[in-house]
Amino acid sequence: MSEPAVAEGRGIALHRVGAMILRHWYLLLSSWPRLLELTYWPALQIITWGFLQSYIAQNDSFFARAGGTLIGAVILWDILFRGQLGFSISFLEEMWARNLGNLMMSPLKPIELLIAMMVMSLIRLAIGVIPMTLLALFFFDFNFYAIGLPLIAFFCNLIFTSWSVGILVSGLVLRNGLGAESIVWTLMFVMLPLACIYYPVSVLPPWLQYVAWALPPTYVFEGMRALLIDRTFRADLMLDSLVINAVLFVASFVIFLALLRSAKRHGSLLGGGE
Amino acid sequence: MNGIMPLVADVPEKLSAADLRSAAIDVDRLVKVYKTVRAVDDVTFRIARGSITGLLGGNGAGKTTTIAMIMGLVLPTSGRIQVLGHPVPAESHAVLGRMNFESPYVDMPMRLTVRQNLTIFGRLYAVPDLRMRIAQLASDLDLNDFLDRAYGKLSAGQKTRVALAKALINEPELLLLDEPTASLDPDTADWVRGHLENYRSRRSATILLASHNMLEVERLCDRVIIMKRGRIEDDDTPAQIMARYNRDTLEEVFLDVARGRDREAAQ
Repeated sequence: MSEPAVAEGRGIALHRVGAMILRHWYLLLSSWPRLLELTYWPALQIITWGFLQSYIAQNDSFFARAGGTLIGAVILWDILFRGQLGFSISFLEEMWARNLGNLMMSPLKPIELLIAMMVMSLIRLAIGVIPMTLLALFFFDFNFYAIGLPLIAFFCNLIFTSWSVGILVSGLVLRNGLGAESIVWTLMFVMLPLACIYYPVSVLPPWLQYVAWALPPTYVFEGMRALLIDRTFRADLMLDSLVINAVLFVASFVIFLALLRSAKRHGSLLGGGE
Repeated sequence: MNGIMPLVADVPEKLSAADLRSAAIDVDRLVKVYKTVRAVDDVTFRIARGSITGLLGGNGAGKTTTIAMIMGLVLPTSGRIQVLGHPVPAESHAVLGRMNFESPYVDMPMRLTVRQNLTIFGRLYAVPDLRMRIAQLASDLDLNDFLDRAYGKLSAGQKTRVALAKALINEPELLLLDEPTASLDPDTADWVRGHLENYRSRRSATILLASHNMLEVERLCDRVIIMKRGRIEDDDTPAQIMARYNRDTLEEVFLDVARGRDREAAQ
């Protein structure tokens, strides 16, 4: 029974991150309804909005010129929304399974748990969004991947925002129990009007534009419209988004740790109920 | 209540000199207040390495909160906890891999098979030769018949054995058990107790268990700490406690304590 060095516990252990990814991978493979749910809504979304875009394009020369802005916005919105859901649902699975106590009592660290949730959000996103982009290509002749390198900037900024929101809502559920679960499904929708997904920021009243520009996705959707309508890649917008994302990401992690500490103070880790 | 126990029980054949110097668990003036309720009120005890200690008390006595604070799942309002020589929660990272627990307040993923669950926890605890370890646990705890069945489809007794396998996956030096035989039939419960005894003697492990089953405590424990309303009511060997209350069984002592009869009245 020799005592391992204290230092053994410091740093991030990839084997523990890998264990958590494996746990959720096993879960996905064991449940076809979970897999179906990942693709079902994105597919419905793209079909509905794709037909709408086709209809508008036949009747309006502006939309005919700005081919794909609606479909592109739908796909990018889904990256944002599904990225957060992928993160948060993986976290909720631990609470539904009453497994969080086991994990918190194991050598797994909060940062390792969060990294695993981020990887799972990417996996869940890929399962949901890749078929969506293929539908857009075959049904509506919109090649999402033709966006090219700017797509990487769009994707990185959106996924960072989705993780930040995911971390924040997971902390809230951790602290307040499953009674706060609905926040997982609804918080991101505050972005829907404010991040100007389907219309330019200039449409908003001036005072609300300040709010919109405080949200990282706003820059992405403005950037997407600049690219698809004006054929211009706005690197400045992507950098601004990245800076806000960095602040948001750090803040969400700090808040998560504070909520975890609060949950330990209030003894809610053992219950996790309502 | 003497509160002073030897730091090492009678079975420490595998303990190093450094291990022998410190208690497995050292709790000093521990207090936990939830809003206006003092769930744990100025509790002090030391648990010897290699011992089995029972934490007794009625519902709301503070047993689970005390164990949760030792595990680092609940933060104390005040007081100090040292586990395997390290302050908790400040140095939890140094001891979490060397301890484990089983509690009715937690569960395991239902859709994953027993083998998958044990694989995940084995990896979290960095268990070497994990396949061998799972095979060994499956053999020891008689899990082979349902090793590849979903955990959620098992009976209560089978789930308890799997939870015990999870708690033993890393061969912990310190095992914290909250009601380890709750809702088990007498045969399975007896079988679990036998396994815990074997594990303690084979590994020189320290076990702290909270239980309402007095026969279980009498059989397993070298020492008993009785809690009531968050405070330690008595602390000694089962035989000494029964003698003090002039009772033949711990169950009678438990009833005396629960119903507010003190030792003198019981005598």
